[in-house]
Amino acid sequence: MSETQIDRSFSAFTKHLRQTEISLPADLIAQSLDELNGKSFPTTRIEAWKYTRLTKLSKLSPTFAVQHEGVNSASFAIHSTGNRVVLENGALHLNTTQFEAVNGLSIKRFSECSTEELQHIGSLLTLENEPFNALNTAFLQEGIFIQIDDNAQIDAPIELIHLLSKVECAATIRVFIHVGKFAKAALTMGTWSAGADKSILNAVSEIHVSEGAHFTLRKLQSEEEGNFQICTEEIEQKKDSVFTMHTVTLNGTLVRNNVRVRVNGTNCETNLYGAYLLKGNQHADNHTVIDHMMPHCLSNELYKGVIDEQATAVFNGKVFVRKDAQKINAFQSNGNVLMTDTASVNSKPELEIYADDVKCSHGSTTGQLDEEAVFYLQSRGISERSARNLLVEAFIGEVLDKNNNQDFTNKTNAILNARFGWER
Amino acid sequence: MGYTENELAKDLENQEYKFGFVTNIESDKAPKGLNEGIIRFISAKKEEPEWLLDFRLKAFALWKEMTEPEWAHVHYEKPDFQDITYYSAPKQTKKYESWDDVDPEMKETMAKLGISMEEQQRLTGVAVDFVMDSVSVATSFKSKLAELGIVFCSFSEAVKEHPELVRKYMGTVVPMTDNFYAALNSAVFTDGSFCYIPSGVRCPMELSTYFRINEGGTGQFERTLVVADQGAYVSYLEGCTAPQRDENQLHAAVVELIALDDAEIKYSTVQNWYPGDKEGKGGIYNFVTKRGLCERNAKISWTQVETGSAVTWKYPSCVLKGDNSIGEFYSVAVTNNYQQADTGTKMIHLGKNTKSTIISKGISAGKSQNSYRGLVQIHKNADNARNFSQCDSLLMTDECGAHTFPYIECKNSSAKIEHEATTSKIGEDQIFYCLQRGISEEKAISLIVNGYCKEVLNQLPMEFAVEAQKLLAISLEGSVG
Repeated sequence: MSETQIDRSFSAFTKHLRQTEISLPADLIAQSLDELNGKSFPTTRIEAWKYTRLTKLSKLSPTFAVQHEGVNSASFAIHSTGNRVVLENGALHLNTTQFEAVNGLSIKRFSECSTEELQHIGSLLTLENEPFNALNTAFLQEGIFIQIDDNAQIDAPIELIHLLSKVECAATIRVFIHVGKFAKAALTMGTWSAGADKSILNAVSEIHVSEGAHFTLRKLQSEEEGNFQICTEEIEQKKDSVFTMHTVTLNGTLVRNNVRVRVNGTNCETNLYGAYLLKGNQHADNHTVIDHMMPHCLSNELYKGVIDEQATAVFNGKVFVRKDAQKINAFQSNGNVLMTDTASVNSKPELEIYADDVKCSHGSTTGQLDEEAVFYLQSRGISERSARNLLVEAFIGEVLDKNNNQDFTNKTNAILNARFGWER
Repeated sequence: MGYTENELAKDLENQEYKFGFVTNIESDKAPKGLNEGIIRFISAKKEEPEWLLDFRLKAFALWKEMTEPEWAHVHYEKPDFQDITYYSAPKQTKKYESWDDVDPEMKETMAKLGISMEEQQRLTGVAVDFVMDSVSVATSFKSKLAELGIVFCSFSEAVKEHPELVRKYMGTVVPMTDNFYAALNSAVFTDGSFCYIPSGVRCPMELSTYFRINEGGTGQFERTLVVADQGAYVSYLEGCTAPQRDENQLHAAVVELIALDDAEIKYSTVQNWYPGDKEGKGGIYNFVTKRGLCERNAKISWTQVETGSAVTWKYPSCVLKGDNSIGEFYSVAVTNNYQQADTGTKMIHLGKNTKSTIISKGISAGKSQNSYRGLVQIHKNADNARNFSQCDSLLMTDECGAHTFPYIECKNSSAKIEHEATTSKIGEDQIFYCLQRGISEEKAISLIVNGYCKEVLNQLPMEFAVEAQKLLAISLEGSVG
């Protein structure tokens, strides 16, 4: 069958899905449906999807899972204590979800939110030409509303577990986070699967970081091969705030991360760190946008990847500096190591700058391990395999070490050990 | 008081185009518009063989199916392709036997451009193939080159004299299907330059061609083909200046370079088409397809100084097909007022041990937008490929923009690719340092800008370096020089 004969439309993809029952603003739903109506999956002719083929995904017609599979979702937890929300196949898993009352923190479902609170949903999200955002709005299964009060400092971990456990099922989840003024908090998000195949996770997070607040998002992506995930994070920062994000991608057939940070305040700091270790037929695509709308801000972006076997990686980082957003320091760096001749990488670090008093730089490297370094280690009695692992660890460690949460590091190391045989 | 950056910006804005003048030479024009008839008219006018007409018509058929590309970071009013005169030739029909026969008015034009032929013939030893509105009117040093077996002539002459060479190589690097403007050029190209260096010959002089759009509303569709046979070497120069015009003129050239085994081509260009006035009115649209093909051990080096054009869309590229081949790209792009440039390069690594270097320097002033767009592609079999890219941008005012869009695609694990880019304005500390050493602010800015571009300017051949500096000065100077 030729390409043109395959029905790649969203209507075919969504035929088994039902429209959202959450009372989101009506115009939002209408606009989303409008955006999907008659549209097909983006092809590689669309710039944003130039290096990511959605053919396999577009052939699916997933369903929403009605019941849970009895998987021990607690085993995927990164933190043993604190608040934990488990979403299995897009539905809240009440048995394993644990709420601990913490002052200044409230976590609730969208269905428990007031109309006034629901009005804020979708305010950061672009629907136009973003079919997966539209899909997430019109076919939303579950929404989690997290409110961190002004001046609150939340030390207990907050964890979201996205788990896929069915064959050809869809999970569409929205997370709305409001970090109050001068508050400080961190959220851990893990994406996992158990026995799932051809399933897709479509998760959108909207994060409002208010004046003077500090917020850290840690993401660990480790779905089994055969599954897809499209993760979108839309962040808005107000003045004097700090937003930090760690994305660690370790498994999954197709992982696409869309991160857009709107730095809409002066004196902000934005840190985006990403590590991807890929093998098999994995494809990981990191799209990031840092939009500097106001002056006197700093942004750091560091993404590093190791690509083994037939895996492919994509990095597309964009730094926008708007007119009048003077005194911006923006640094972006992407490094890749290709382990085999069948692995490939596509890197596109972009700068779009409309203000003159700025210091912006980006760098991108692609290469392999230094044979001389491998030889040196071997001459010291270290096996070639260990030598290579050591060098790869040193390379990727630069990003992994940016994370300062021990639980997160332990979990990452455990997976790295199981998957790549590394002892960190 | 010292010369401040604001004053510089003001000066830059007020800087009028120094080469804006119009030569009144009657020309032989085709009616406006584009259809098969016009193509047949051009072909007949140029007394072309059947195969070339077929080539044109095929390209035209393809072009009609294509849509204008919109991905570039430029905004402009699209040209009306039916409102362009596709053929215009100076009226004198007879070919000049000697320099004295040349129309005096035309000589004066050349003198204004600072490329007085007498001077050049006598002093510099540069053979100049001067193209004025599509028909080349004078070629010098031809006999000297002929002794070595070098063919350097206008494209239409080459079609008549060396059809086998033209037929063999034309369209092999930039096929007519390549893009919208390449297809258009393939259909309606009027003239250009052709150069063939035979096997093992090192061309003893720099070859140069001057292009100049003259007739109002005349699009120029030049075609350049440079072939360096095995082991040959040539340094080819091209420079452009255009007179002041209010309506937008379209320039859609195609340049093909072919470096066979062990050959080397150095292609340098200084481009100074009319950029429009300080309100952004008028100016040339420069939509050019330039590409070179490197066979085994061959080397192609592109050097460009881009100061003109209202809209530039230009990516001189290298296809590194042969093992051990080398591609280089050195560029300075200056934009001022409302100019927009989207320029860069493509390095396609196909062979083993291929190397490429990209040095791009962008300077934005006024309200201009300057983008670097580059592709480094390492294919599966390109073992040990090496690329180094550096693209820096300098911002002169707070209303201009500098953008970088590099595409890096790697499918081979033994490749080493490095890309780095910085964007900044002239450091206040640098200016301060110069000031406290007794260097005026104006001179300091000039010094810094010159130093910033030096890496690229150094690559230009001697004969061109002077002109390049002049042009840089004209577009950016005000009083910076």
